[in-house]
Amino acid sequence: MSDEGVTRSTTDSTKRHTVSWRRRDWLVGYAFVAPTVLGSVILVLVPLCAVIWFSLNDWNVLASTFKFVGLDNYTKLAADPLFHSSIRASLVFSAGLVTFNVTLALGLAVLLNQKLPGTTAFRTFFFSPVVVSLVAWSVVWGFMLQLDGGINGFLAMLGIDGPNWLRNGPTAMIAVIVVQVFKNVGLNMILFLAALQGVPQELYEAAQIDRAGPWRQFRSITVPMISPTLLLVTIITVIGSLEVFAQISVLTKGGPGTATNVLVYFLYQQGFQYHKFGYASAIGVVLFVIVLLLTLLQWQSRKKWVHDEV
Amino acid sequence: MMKSKTPFRWSKAVLYLLMAVMSLPFVFPTLWMVLSSFKPEAELFRKPPTLLPDVWTTQPYVDAVTQQPFWDWYLNSVYIATLVTVGTILFSSLAGYAFARIRFPGANALFFIVLAGMMIPSEVTIVPLYRGAAALGLVDTHWPLILLPMLGAPSVLATFIMRQFFLSLPVELEEAARLDGLGRFGIFWRIAFPLSRSAIGAVAIITFLKSWNLYLEPLVFLSTKAKFTLPLGLVQYVDSYGAMQWNTQLAATTMTVIPILLVFLFAQKQFVQGLAQTGLKG
Repeated sequence: MSDEGVTRSTTDSTKRHTVSWRRRDWLVGYAFVAPTVLGSVILVLVPLCAVIWFSLNDWNVLASTFKFVGLDNYTKLAADPLFHSSIRASLVFSAGLVTFNVTLALGLAVLLNQKLPGTTAFRTFFFSPVVVSLVAWSVVWGFMLQLDGGINGFLAMLGIDGPNWLRNGPTAMIAVIVVQVFKNVGLNMILFLAALQGVPQELYEAAQIDRAGPWRQFRSITVPMISPTLLLVTIITVIGSLEVFAQISVLTKGGPGTATNVLVYFLYQQGFQYHKFGYASAIGVVLFVIVLLLTLLQWQSRKKWVHDEV
Repeated sequence: MMKSKTPFRWSKAVLYLLMAVMSLPFVFPTLWMVLSSFKPEAELFRKPPTLLPDVWTTQPYVDAVTQQPFWDWYLNSVYIATLVTVGTILFSSLAGYAFARIRFPGANALFFIVLAGMMIPSEVTIVPLYRGAAALGLVDTHWPLILLPMLGAPSVLATFIMRQFFLSLPVELEEAARLDGLGRFGIFWRIAFPLSRSAIGAVAIITFLKSWNLYLEPLVFLSTKAKFTLPLGLVQYVDSYGAMQWNTQLAATTMTVIPILLVFLFAQKQFVQGLAQTGLKG
């Protein structure tokens, strides 16, 4: 702020004032964003470049070898049966999780949207596992899913001989999916509930005049009206499902065999149990490419459907 | 299932029944955890299972805190999550404010750099992050667990939420303050920041829970038991033969979970609204 400006005409002084304010404002802007931008560069972008570079090298920490091998790690990956099974496990896990999660979330949201007295209590119930840590939640389910655990105990009371859930390929996969679904379905449920509440009531009233039944109303009014949310939730859930790690580590360690050895667990094993950093980096790059494609798809769809965002 | 003007009485009953049945897999595990943590070892796997303990015992709780450095883990988790939360609020609100309000050259490019973090889950970069930490001598310290969530990819969502919030604030308030001679920092600190309580609340809840629940990073970065955080500690309850000490583990898990659940019950609205914003993440 210039002192000499005061002696000049007022408009001039205001202008000078504004110019200097703006210049200082720039500096303030840079200062404000500096920690976050530097953090993103040092902790996200540089590591991303590094992981790509590492993936082009043969790097075994134990043997302390580090040499450039081009795309060797990727050709090895392509031929690795473990990688194939981990891709398959991830696919099965994601498909199962998304189907079950989205269906259940929508079902629960429709139930809560009936606005019966007392539904807020049920909303609390459905949402509560979201705040429980995944490890704690997995520990409890692991306990219940033991061969002689609570679930089989109750099944036995009904005369059903329950399987050894976590030691059996298909049931282990079902178990890790179910554990994740009940943990996080509350989030999607809330997103659906918000969308349902945005559907204009007149549409249902009109449908009632036309004597459309509840299922017909759901299919012809509700689903089309909330389709943007449906799409968004589906893609978010797919991306989230690719990052699954904790409950695999707690419940199955990727087993039995390779039945639940999903991508991130495979990466962890190769990198931090077998110390093959180059190979693990290549897995990381594959994971990145998949997530990137899905995110671009999400942004594309958001642009198309949702108008009030960035 | 949709609203009808004249609902049958039985359909209401069916809906309540349905909701009650659906609540089971959400509520029962927590209940079962708490009840089982008071059972003696012999009763844990009894057939048919007992709902309430036949014999109540607090021995698992004693074991949980004496056999393992449980309180160290608790303290580590609390202080790390607190630091991360305070730091994230500070940095994300500063950056969010600047990206929303201040026009400076390159702002868009810088915002894009930050947003890129949303596309890069930390699992992808865990190998170089580990190597970087190792090179700086930060492996087996808490630094990676503090700095990564505060400034790395997980903080991007916080910056995004804060920016969206500041964009929605009426700019007139700030212009008035500016004519009164307040500088930019004053405007931020005295006007905008205090007005952003709801967004800060959302960021605080998301950030605290994320840090409290972090698993892969502590698993990779920490090796000394006393430095562990709770999620990593919970899976340490095995006897010397590698067999699970279930009731001890459940006692430790109960002590980890219940405080957060209680906070959630009292601040439900904030939790639900805040966490629903993680839906923005991609």
